[in-house]
Amino acid sequence: MGLSTVTMIYAGMFYIAALVLAIGLVYKIVDYSRTPAPLKIPTTPAPTTRSGVIYRMAKEVVVFESLFKANKWIWVFGWLFHFGLLLVLLRHLRYFTEPVWFWVDIIQPFGKYASFMMVIGMLGLLARRFLVDRVRYISTPSDYLMLVLLIAIGVTGMLMTFVVHTDIVALKMFFMGLMYFDVQPVPGDPILLIHLALVAFLMLIFPISKLLHAPGLFFSPTRNQVDNPRESRHIAAWAAKLDQTK
Amino acid sequence: MAAPVFDVPEIKDEIEIPKLREGVMAHVKTFPATQPIQDFMGYPHELPEDWKERAIDKMGDLLGKYRSLKVFLDACVHCGACTDKCHYYLGTSDPKNMPVARQDLMRQVYRRYFTTAGKLFPKLVGAKDLTQDILGDWYNYYHQCSECRRCSVYCPYGIDTAEITMAGREILNHVGMGQKYSNEILGKVQKIGNNLGLPGPALEDTLEGLEEDIEADTGVAVKLPLDVKGAEVLLVTPSADFFSEPHVESLIGYAKVFHAAGISWTLSTHASEAGNFGLFNGNYDTMRKVAMRIRDSAIELGVKRIVVGECGHAWRVAYSFWNTLTGLGYGGNDPFSIEFQKQLDPNYPQPQHICELTNDLIKSGKIRVDPSLNDDLVVTYHDSCNVARASRMGTEPGGQFAIPRELIRSVVNNFHDMADGTIGEATFCCGGGGGILTDDLLEVRVKGALPRATALNNVVKEHKVNFMAMICAICKAQFTKVLPKYGFDMSMVGGVHQLVSKAIKLDKAE
Repeated sequence: MGLSTVTMIYAGMFYIAALVLAIGLVYKIVDYSRTPAPLKIPTTPAPTTRSGVIYRMAKEVVVFESLFKANKWIWVFGWLFHFGLLLVLLRHLRYFTEPVWFWVDIIQPFGKYASFMMVIGMLGLLARRFLVDRVRYISTPSDYLMLVLLIAIGVTGMLMTFVVHTDIVALKMFFMGLMYFDVQPVPGDPILLIHLALVAFLMLIFPISKLLHAPGLFFSPTRNQVDNPRESRHIAAWAAKLDQTK
Repeated sequence: MAAPVFDVPEIKDEIEIPKLREGVMAHVKTFPATQPIQDFMGYPHELPEDWKERAIDKMGDLLGKYRSLKVFLDACVHCGACTDKCHYYLGTSDPKNMPVARQDLMRQVYRRYFTTAGKLFPKLVGAKDLTQDILGDWYNYYHQCSECRRCSVYCPYGIDTAEITMAGREILNHVGMGQKYSNEILGKVQKIGNNLGLPGPALEDTLEGLEEDIEADTGVAVKLPLDVKGAEVLLVTPSADFFSEPHVESLIGYAKVFHAAGISWTLSTHASEAGNFGLFNGNYDTMRKVAMRIRDSAIELGVKRIVVGECGHAWRVAYSFWNTLTGLGYGGNDPFSIEFQKQLDPNYPQPQHICELTNDLIKSGKIRVDPSLNDDLVVTYHDSCNVARASRMGTEPGGQFAIPRELIRSVVNNFHDMADGTIGEATFCCGGGGGILTDDLLEVRVKGALPRATALNNVVKEHKVNFMAMICAICKAQFTKVLPKYGFDMSMVGGVHQLVSKAIKLDKAE
């Protein structure tokens, strides 16, 4: 059985997008980790132990502690979006696993409605870009487009979940086929095709966009350094060479 | 040049977030460094022909050496959390004084030359070719940042605009656009030993004069020793402490503490400056050279402890960087630091802040104080930015807030903190830190002090506060100059050890 042109395009698109995302992120992460942090610059008060730093980072990642201190509106919208996105992504694991993991089944109903959190959060963030003069001033075209892209992904997904169901069994076969290098036909539903194309596009631009804030946070010296400069000598390789000069 | 004319902002009941007014601070240009100053620092003094290549090369060099710069330039999502956090934005309403916009002055260039998106779609992601106009913007607005790190507290990724300002100034230096104030000071400290350019004999005279004053005042022969080999403690303090008011009152305070506790101590001519303006310019090598004076003096004098006087950025460099730069601290496992660390007394933190030292002495009963001698004062405390957000005192996180307050409360009876959100980690910079304590930036300094002046005004009205204590030479110089513009008396400003000095009992404890 021959595969349709649309299937070939989508299969190729997802292979390329996955490759770009993986290689791009690995490249960035390796680059960040190889770049030295020559000075101790944690924003203090900072933890004095490694485990304290893990706790600090966990609070940043899970509850956006610094953002909470900064601005409650951005925090509410930002957290709704990210936590909604997390649930939605986890729910989507059901299209990539057979049998479906039990905990993915448990969060399925939450994941469906989390899409509302996600889209409401993004609409709030988008509204701020128009309404708050300070945020409007700093916004670039890509800042708006990124939100529009994510909202479009969310809305097309919600349409399929709540309004016009797509052939989810065939879709799962398509993705399982991609994973086992046995390409199966992609369903021809236009909303699904739009949804998938936008997701592939998002994967493509992830490593070259501000979405790098995700790995970046873990490498931020002001957040991930232990506050112990008097107790242990912190020195970068390029700086240690200076010790020999005098 | 005539004094710049500008309106002093009006203090409101609360700190207000202004509507942005584009370009209102674009006219403020700090004086450029002259040829002799730049020559000494090894920088060009005018824009070289290949300025663009030099600037981009330097940016690439810094991106390879500093993870902070690389991550911070990538990670920003323009969320806006920092937009209302900078005292210069709050005081000037110029949008380029919003932390993210200040960063974007460099980020637009970074994106154009170092990122795929910026090379392919510059308009889309706000990437721009480096032009002389952009360099001009850098020069203006990287000298309207005091590197106070308040924005870094609130950024969800911990982006610290100070790191970008420092890199920006370093790049500017490499294309001949140095700042007169900071670079001149960096020359003086390396040639003479302190930022004020005070030579050894003058320092000796000053200290003798102070000894006479103290004896006349108290009847006790309190000494201010200089270059004494074999002393236990080397005190490194900002040179302003030697003859600026109110700084000198704190110096007298330190001397009385050492005297009352019976600790042998000395100052050093070669290291007669705790300040290290190398921090402000993002040049590791310069900062290290300036810091090495302390190590060299400590080794030469054979001291066992190094104590740092009241200076904010100096304490950041001392606490956070001295171990890295010079091996002054603990835990070194290389010959360079082991050799030095053997000399230091392991019973004390190295380096130690004067507030840690004095507070410990009072708590352990080794010196006695009478807080009622400060009963004419109602005191508040200004957390200096570099102490608050870039260092620590004591063993617990937040000791940099607790210890100075504990010390103040032990020497005064009337103390009131300013409002939450203006102290501790959220403290507002005095407006003069980070290399902008110069008269050519007076407008920036006055306007940048508005948030602090507002918070101060509220405790003055509510609690009749008449003294704002602090532990930073720049804060003291800045506030005595700018607070009078807001109607406060400059005698309200003083050091924590000025209070200690008044309350301390100079006769030996039992």
